[in-house]
Amino acid sequence: MAGTESTTTPPKADVPDLAGLEAGLDALDTVPAGRRTPLRETLARKVLPPVSAVALVLVVWQVLVWARVAPEYKLPSPSAVWDELSTAWLEGTLLDYVWTSVSRGLLGFLLALVIGTPLGLLVARVRFVRAAIGPILSGLQSLPSVAWVPPAVIWLGLNDRMMYAVILLGAVPSIANGLVSGIDQIPPLFLRAGRTLGATGLRESWHIVLPGALPGYLAGLKQGWAFSWRSLMAAEIIASSPDLGVGLGQLLENGRNNSSMAQVFLAILLILIVGIAIDLLIFSPLERRVLRGRGLLVSR
Amino acid sequence: MTTTTAESAGDTTAVTHAARVAHVSKSFPVPGAPGGQQLVLDDITLDVAPGEFVTLLGASGCGKSTLLNLVAGLDAPSAGTIGTAGRPALMFQEHALFPWLTAGRNIELALRLRGVPKAERRGEAERLLELVRLKDAHGKRVHELSGGMRQRVALARALAQDSRLLLMDEPFAALDAITRDVLHDELTRIWQETGVSVLFVTHNVREAVKLAQRVVLLSSRPGRIARTWTVGIPQPRRIEDSAVAELSAEITEELRGEIRRHGRD
Repeated sequence: MAGTESTTTPPKADVPDLAGLEAGLDALDTVPAGRRTPLRETLARKVLPPVSAVALVLVVWQVLVWARVAPEYKLPSPSAVWDELSTAWLEGTLLDYVWTSVSRGLLGFLLALVIGTPLGLLVARVRFVRAAIGPILSGLQSLPSVAWVPPAVIWLGLNDRMMYAVILLGAVPSIANGLVSGIDQIPPLFLRAGRTLGATGLRESWHIVLPGALPGYLAGLKQGWAFSWRSLMAAEIIASSPDLGVGLGQLLENGRNNSSMAQVFLAILLILIVGIAIDLLIFSPLERRVLRGRGLLVSR
Repeated sequence: MTTTTAESAGDTTAVTHAARVAHVSKSFPVPGAPGGQQLVLDDITLDVAPGEFVTLLGASGCGKSTLLNLVAGLDAPSAGTIGTAGRPALMFQEHALFPWLTAGRNIELALRLRGVPKAERRGEAERLLELVRLKDAHGKRVHELSGGMRQRVALARALAQDSRLLLMDEPFAALDAITRDVLHDELTRIWQETGVSVLFVTHNVREAVKLAQRVVLLSSRPGRIARTWTVGIPQPRRIEDSAVAELSAEITEELRGEIRRHGRD
């Protein structure tokens, strides 16, 4: 608004030009919409740093191998791990390993979601339930889910059900707790505003409480996935059996049994990559979308 | 202390009054206070006629927000009765718009909770946004709007309740002086166009005088009605009008007297 010319028509004295004044105020006060960052800038800011970090790790690794700081059976070279990877790929088993674990992990996580969400809502909204199981639920979060593997094996046997049980025990408390803290952090003003608009009971839960708690809930889901994945790997490493099919955990355990450190390294890398990929592909975009919609994301 | 339930829609007061507050007292449990209770509002009797604009004026601790909450039905009085014509709409100092919805959807949610059929909601929301001169804001997120625009959307959302009584709890206190002045004119225009009754709480004397047909001054601790002025200055008023300034000076003097009393004891 760099207008230097003066208006010729004098403002009418009695009828203030309210609409015009208001339009001016609105224009002055409104924050200009953020532009989309060009692809090159995104690459330079978001992709280049992690790629350089990975490259640096590979270089240090290779240098350590050349310097022979440890014998080959303890520290395989990057190329040995790469060979292991390409062999598994050419044999067609690589995707099987990954899919066995990922499908278990995601299915277990979905089950945990179905159980954890109503549980969280109940704990947050019903005082008696909160007093009864709230502390246990938060306490369970600090219990490593590996601890559930031995009893699960005894109760359910060496099968997929035991895997899912371990995943649920790891993920349900996270998801429920995330929803509880999300609900607790809803500003009381929103609840009052909702009530004056006539939102009570179930309508309040649906229109005000659940959307208000979404950021905390998503954080809980993210943590729930991390716990699911960790518990599953622990279960797969400890409880390997030929009937279970080879997932990434078994791959690692097999590598140890075969004294193939390259295979152990490959399994660890794959476990790490899957964990990161699920987070990057599912949870981060979801979280960013929700936060951006609410103006809670400051782009840097 | 006797407890009396607040009446609501359907009673006979609805015909002649937008709100009828009769001998209302409110106390809150406070440890250490005499009797374990602190009296916040003491024997308040106040009627708001249909289409009337009343401001409640008072210093801190006069219980003006408490009174508004009681009229809104968010809290129950310790004694006395409150009758309103239907459920009143309420506007807060903070806009209280839901950040997960767009401006338009916020209004549509109010319409939905009121029971307006889906097909009519969009058009009605557009009409209300146009009433507050924000017809392009339907798809805007709350954080994309300025403070003044947010309060106008909040006003549109309150009007979406189609209530005959609009309660306003210092709705412009957090705005800058220029925006506040403009919103005063807007509120006056919308009040005249819609014929809604307004009960407006503020600690700003000039704001009270500029907007209201009747100014009610509350004393503090406990809140009692100290004095009432009928404002005969014709609308549109300007905040710098000499008549507004004169009455404001008179009310300010009275308000200061009320505040000084607390310094003495």
